Amino acid sequence: MQDTPNIRVKSAGHENGVKNMRDVAIIGVKNTKFGELWGKSLRDIVVEAGAGALADAGVGGKEIDALYVGNMSGGRFIDQEHIGALIADYSGLSKNLHVPATRVEAACASGGLALRQAIMAVASGYNDIVIAAGAEKMTDVGSEEASSALAAAADREWEGMAGATFPGIYAMIARLHMHRYGTTSEQLAEVAVKNHKNGSLNPIAQYKNKITVDDVLKSIMVADPLHIFDCSPITDGASALVLAPADIAHKYTDTPIYIKATAQASDTIALHDRRDITTLDATVVAAKRAYSMAKLRPEDIDLVEVHDCFTIAEICAIEDLGFAEKGKGGIVTANGETAIGGRIPVNTSGGLKACGHPVGATGIKQAVEIVTQLRGEAGKRQVEGAEYGMTHNVGGSGATAVVHIFSRER
Amino acid sequence: MSSVPRFWRSLGSRYNLEGTRCKECGEHFYPPRNFCVNCRRVGHIEPYRFKGTGEIISYTVIHTAAEGFEDLAPYTLAIIQLDEGPRLTSQVIGDPEKIHIGMRVRSVFRKLGEDGEGGMIYYGTKFVPEDA
Repeated sequence: MQDTPNIRVKSAGHENGVKNMRDVAIIGVKNTKFGELWGKSLRDIVVEAGAGALADAGVGGKEIDALYVGNMSGGRFIDQEHIGALIADYSGLSKNLHVPATRVEAACASGGLALRQAIMAVASGYNDIVIAAGAEKMTDVGSEEASSALAAAADREWEGMAGATFPGIYAMIARLHMHRYGTTSEQLAEVAVKNHKNGSLNPIAQYKNKITVDDVLKSIMVADPLHIFDCSPITDGASALVLAPADIAHKYTDTPIYIKATAQASDTIALHDRRDITTLDATVVAAKRAYSMAKLRPEDIDLVEVHDCFTIAEICAIEDLGFAEKGKGGIVTANGETAIGGRIPVNTSGGLKACGHPVGATGIKQAVEIVTQLRGEAGKRQVEGAEYGMTHNVGGSGATAVVHIFSRER
Repeated sequence: MSSVPRFWRSLGSRYNLEGTRCKECGEHFYPPRNFCVNCRRVGHIEPYRFKGTGEIISYTVIHTAAEGFEDLAPYTLAIIQLDEGPRLTSQVIGDPEKIHIGMRVRSVFRKLGEDGEGGMIYYGTKFVPEDA
């Protein structure tokens, strides 16, 4: 479908099915409310998400073999490292049970990567019941400190020290996309408008207000051509999943959702070193690996949660994942093809833009949304008859991409 | 903005566009790399001082400044492709209205920012239109 660039995709060893590996299912999910949660600490929200996911799965603490948690910057946001141990402790998994807990970090892709680690732990047979969680508490510092912490996802020495901000880096992607393909500010705004509309249907979303293209275009300019409404917000939130071997998943739930693919790819840390500024090669390669592993094509996917940290990021994502021809992402969005009820609904949760972007939690939240949709429990934002869903989680400006494919049937 | 030693140890690169190139494959690196991404172990890295001319690949005008750059806002940030091949991120001085993709630029030595009042002042490379 998409005219993907001719990038050599090195085998990651598992594309054609993993030998001697077990199928993995998700048996429990939970998101906390996303937003400015002044009254709650990181440990409060993680425990809420973890306990909720375990209750959803009907799993007790003694059954848990391991815990993986995505967290980008506890050190900067709450002056706390050793997040894995902290979370295991306050989840009641340490003092008596001594469950191994591992923090996973890949900037904004930390959550997606935590899920990938958890999948590999179960698939390998090393563990049975594993929790994949993600959390970020971002509002305990001011917005300047938070922005500086987020900018650490880029190359501090050769982007940051030149005066680059994160919106500035994505603005340069947007500028070239507009120059080369004729993408317009209105088309970028349509991404935010759609995601706010979806967010208005999601009880946990940070922003439930609908906005117009005009609202976006009249909002203050952060880094030309990106307005503040082109940017995802600063958010507190936590999400958790419970994973089990597919063979025993029905012991816990009538509606296990199966992992069909887990894939990851890396690219240069700095945007300026990329093969092409308007393509996230890491996304292209991770997607190719995921489609190959799942034996599926873009047209088989019923809905996708993509990493819309900025509106331009969603445009690039739907192109790089194969849902739109390169350069046509803006047109496809403006045509309504990515809306609920459209050809390929994108970010039914409201995405990072409206649901919120607690960076370490985002990759897990995306999976919670897809599981909820594939179970048929998404209420007003339900994509009818969804069989296959995808998540796409990006670290930095594209130095890490993680893609997962989920299925209702094993 | 940064720790003093972290900035100091790359002064040559920041003041004079000193980068590297690999004698094996001929690729130039700026920011400098001491390990060739093409040849890896069999590469031979040597210093190389860039001419400082190139063109703008993409750019943005930053209104909400990075920490330490508040006094400059709004400022223009660009990805510039040097004539020897590598690309870098740098500020461009001049009327933002006249900056465009494909514009030829050359490097100049300028103040970058400072660590507040009484703190260290950082100097480095920015770019101006080639004919300026």
